[in-house]
Amino acid sequence: MPAVSKGDGMRGLAVFISDIRNCKSKEAEIKRINKELANIRSKFKGDKALDGYSKKKYVCKLLFIFLLGHDIDFGHMEAVNLLSSNKYTEKQIGYLFISVLVNSNSELIRLINNAIKNDLSSRNPTFMCLALHCIANVGSREMAEAFAGEIPRILVAGDTMDSVKQSAALCLLRLYKASPDLVLMGEWTSRVVHLLNDQHMGVVTAAISLITCLSSKNPDEFKTCVSLAVSRLSRIVSSASTDLQDYTYYFVPAPWLSCKLLRLLQCYPPPEDGAVKGRLVECLETILNKAQEPPKSKKVQHSNAKNAILFEAISLIIHYDSEPNLLVRACNQLGQFLQHRETNLRYLALESMCTLASSEFSHEAVKTHIETVINALKTERDVSVRQRAADLLYAMCDRSNAKQIVAEMLSYLETADYSIREEMVLKVAILAEKYAVDYSWYVDTILNLIRIAGDYVSEEVWYRVIQIVINRDDVQGYAAKTVFEALQAPACHENMVKVGGYILGEFGNLIAGDPRSSPLVQFNLLHSKFHLCSVPTRALLLSAYIKFINLFPETKATIQEVLRSDSQIRNSDVELQQRAVEYLKLSSIASTDVLATVLEEMPPFPERESSILAKLKKKKGPGAVSVELEDGKERGDYLSHSNGSSTPSPSADLLGLRSTAPASGATPSAGSLLVDVFSEAGPSATSAGVNDDGFLRFVCKNNGVLFENQLLQIGIKSEYRQNLGRMYLFYGNKTSVQFVSFNTTVSCPGELQSHILQLEPLVEGGAQVQQVINIECLTDFIDAPLLNIKFRYGGALQNISLKLPVTINKFFQPTEMAAADFFQRWKQLSQPQQEAQKIFKASHGMDTEVLKAKLLGLGTALLENVDPNPENYVCAGVIQTKAQQVGCLLRLEPNAQAQMYRLTLRSSKDTVSQRVCDLLAEQF
Amino acid sequence: MLRFLLLFSRQGKLRLQKWFTPVTEREKKKVIREMTLMVLARPPRSCNFLHWRDLKIVYKRYASLYFCCGLEDQDNELLTLEVLHRYVELLDKYFGNVCELDIIFNFEKAYFILDEFLMGGEILETSKTAVGIAMEEAETLQEVTPPPPPPPLTHTHGHLSLTHLPKYVNMFSVLFTDNGGVYE
Repeated sequence: MPAVSKGDGMRGLAVFISDIRNCKSKEAEIKRINKELANIRSKFKGDKALDGYSKKKYVCKLLFIFLLGHDIDFGHMEAVNLLSSNKYTEKQIGYLFISVLVNSNSELIRLINNAIKNDLSSRNPTFMCLALHCIANVGSREMAEAFAGEIPRILVAGDTMDSVKQSAALCLLRLYKASPDLVLMGEWTSRVVHLLNDQHMGVVTAAISLITCLSSKNPDEFKTCVSLAVSRLSRIVSSASTDLQDYTYYFVPAPWLSCKLLRLLQCYPPPEDGAVKGRLVECLETILNKAQEPPKSKKVQHSNAKNAILFEAISLIIHYDSEPNLLVRACNQLGQFLQHRETNLRYLALESMCTLASSEFSHEAVKTHIETVINALKTERDVSVRQRAADLLYAMCDRSNAKQIVAEMLSYLETADYSIREEMVLKVAILAEKYAVDYSWYVDTILNLIRIAGDYVSEEVWYRVIQIVINRDDVQGYAAKTVFEALQAPACHENMVKVGGYILGEFGNLIAGDPRSSPLVQFNLLHSKFHLCSVPTRALLLSAYIKFINLFPETKATIQEVLRSDSQIRNSDVELQQRAVEYLKLSSIASTDVLATVLEEMPPFPERESSILAKLKKKKGPGAVSVELEDGKERGDYLSHSNGSSTPSPSADLLGLRSTAPASGATPSAGSLLVDVFSEAGPSATSAGVNDDGFLRFVCKNNGVLFENQLLQIGIKSEYRQNLGRMYLFYGNKTSVQFVSFNTTVSCPGELQSHILQLEPLVEGGAQVQQVINIECLTDFIDAPLLNIKFRYGGALQNISLKLPVTINKFFQPTEMAAADFFQRWKQLSQPQQEAQKIFKASHGMDTEVLKAKLLGLGTALLENVDPNPENYVCAGVIQTKAQQVGCLLRLEPNAQAQMYRLTLRSSKDTVSQRVCDLLAEQF
Repeated sequence: MLRFLLLFSRQGKLRLQKWFTPVTEREKKKVIREMTLMVLARPPRSCNFLHWRDLKIVYKRYASLYFCCGLEDQDNELLTLEVLHRYVELLDKYFGNVCELDIIFNFEKAYFILDEFLMGGEILETSKTAVGIAMEEAETLQEVTPPPPPPPLTHTHGHLSLTHLPKYVNMFSVLFTDNGGVYE
């Protein structure tokens, strides 16, 4: 039996809850709920006026139903009525309902605000508190507009009761956080600071949260709070454990207030006033001393509260970063905790030490704990603690211990939890690069990474090792030798094959002198892996082969034989087939000189931020990566290689043969040759002139010619990752006269944000210029950004407006799932507005491969063996916007006889379903 | 500040949810699902803290109930554990030997007690006495204008067969042990 509720038991409610609990199945529960909803609805609609008690009871039932996870679409009005009841419990339930089921129904908000206004002016402290709670719970802009002026007055008025002051302070904080522009600073602000001196500890505790927030935003206006906070802290720290009565928590005086005071001080630099500073240092020392005293209670609450203050004090010491003495003491204290039997304390010690490691005063002291931390990494039972240990090792790494730390992390990787492997791999890769004295160690480390955790080595990591090898000629021979050896292993990870293929293709000649690694041996070794690899890797290997033909003419016949074989030249994969055909042709028609120029060694990569570091930052959020790459060590991002020819897809083309627009890179003659002979942009693509049509052509592809007229050709290449996109526009001047005042602007709908790098205003005749546009998708959208191009050609002003082919589907991340998952999600998205459907006539052929390519181009994952009918296609993906992720499921049912399609989209957002459906319906 | 507080059973049934910032219903469901999955999967005597997205997660089990909250980066994990503990103490003080069923059947009270203790995700009042007084004042207020006297919860009523429920376990009696009561 549950304890009988005091005072106002609502029997009907208890019966209902009990019924629900007795339901044996979800269906029975839904049935019971529907019955109840019908009952409540009829009571609310009935002629008989309900008394307050019944109203309260029904509203409370609705609330219960809502909290069970069901939608509630009525009862709001009755809840609002309860607000104006003069019975406390009725009012209270009304407010609870409003707080939980906020509704931006403006009509209702006005009524609610009215009721709140009445209660605020009632001078009844209990009613005032209820009203303040409601404002804080809802915290909407409308409420801020209505009450942001009134609450500061209540807060600082002399006759306000303490409990109301407390609520007013936190209510104001909530409004300030939600709508800072509506909370105006004024005469009240100085009086708020003095609440730190209030006699009532509860008032100080509540007010300090507000003061801390205001101080962090307006430090100058609130700086008088520093000395007040120090003296308050000093009084608490020096008080006996019983002095503060009710505010002593398990023998610790006012732990919440102490922590808040220490946190407030972290908004400011160390106090300038010597006396204040002396007093504060004294406090901090007392706190550190207390940690060494025997506990006053064995209860965990006692030690938690005490240590909470200690950790907050250490945070402040680290924040000041100016008292070597205190820093070393803090570090020693944390060192003790590293070996504490409480897992929580070990966790927090590892976490705090991470920040301590970045201080020059304490970095060395942190390093002395390396063995303990390594041990934690090896022996902690809890993965979240091991994760903190790995973070700390990363933070304490420097030139002196890098080899040890990297070796430990590598050996930990062999058994590491799957959830943290990828991050560990990134960290090892960064440390190895940052502290590499000789690059052979770096190459060894990365190859070890691939060997141990190949599945977790992301593109960024293996791109990076290639960038570094290409940029450093002292390591190229070693790298070639090492990958050659690594590839000898009977089973090696595909990433190893990629790195091996790339490096041997570039630098295989450096080890070709040794008969054990003669050109043919190298080729046979690579080719022995070929058939086990995925399409992107095979594509890369084919590029390596053509590079071999250039490096070692003696392999030409063998390689041509391979390229000519049916499995290559008739490969069902377009990309592989195209490469085989092109490379075969290239190797047979081009002269040695042309071949040498086209296939010359990759130029060094431009110096940029490491793509790995960027990835780690993204994973951990800004600020989490304290290690910055040293100057001169930063190297180019493989993805945005200056050649302008790389694409982000896994089949990243080594040679840039697929780029539609000529590369603006090193060798113009070779570039134009490639484009002339091999350009993917066939006649059909280049003749496209009308933009709207052009826009739709890019829904399922990212590269091609966007626009062309007599004067100007615009090629486009774009890459998307999560909610970010980067678009390269290539403006080609088709005339022999220069364009002047060449100017481009992009106007984006509000849901997108764009950043465009401006161009020089002159485009020479026959030249091509490249422009980069970065795009961020904030939330889902319909309208595409508009590109406006203006220039003068022979004195005449040209003005072209184009829709940029940025469509919502570009931000898809494919999602693989099994049939069961798919149908489960499909059912979950069963509300009518979540679905969009179109039945339309085929306007192109209904070829399977073409359809598949288009669906893949859409950005979703094409799911096999899901739809019972093999003729149908189903896809899944998640649209990534800054505001939210929208899961999206798709089904396409072709009817070859009728030459019709039925397309069905389901997603969690109606606008997305509709938009994707509209876009895709134009594609078939 | 706390971003949210969730109470759920060992079976993953949500018993109380409090959101201190505006969150869409969809997002709420997602967070609840992820929290229950993540926390329930943790072996006993693990550390009480986790990192999740950009939040710190602090959780603790009391008998059959998990108390779990998400806090911002600069918040103090240890003190948050004590926020949870103080909340349990307050519930216990109000209900007297609080158990999961009290929270199920008197969910509105559990919300009211929370409101006296936290506001906007910050500590409003840490004194147990002060919160107690606030709750009592509310009780007194309702006695001034009493509602129709509620029939006591008894077994005699047809629908109300609470006796089938397995024995519940008081949260305090097993404060730090893992052998909580099992029902459902």
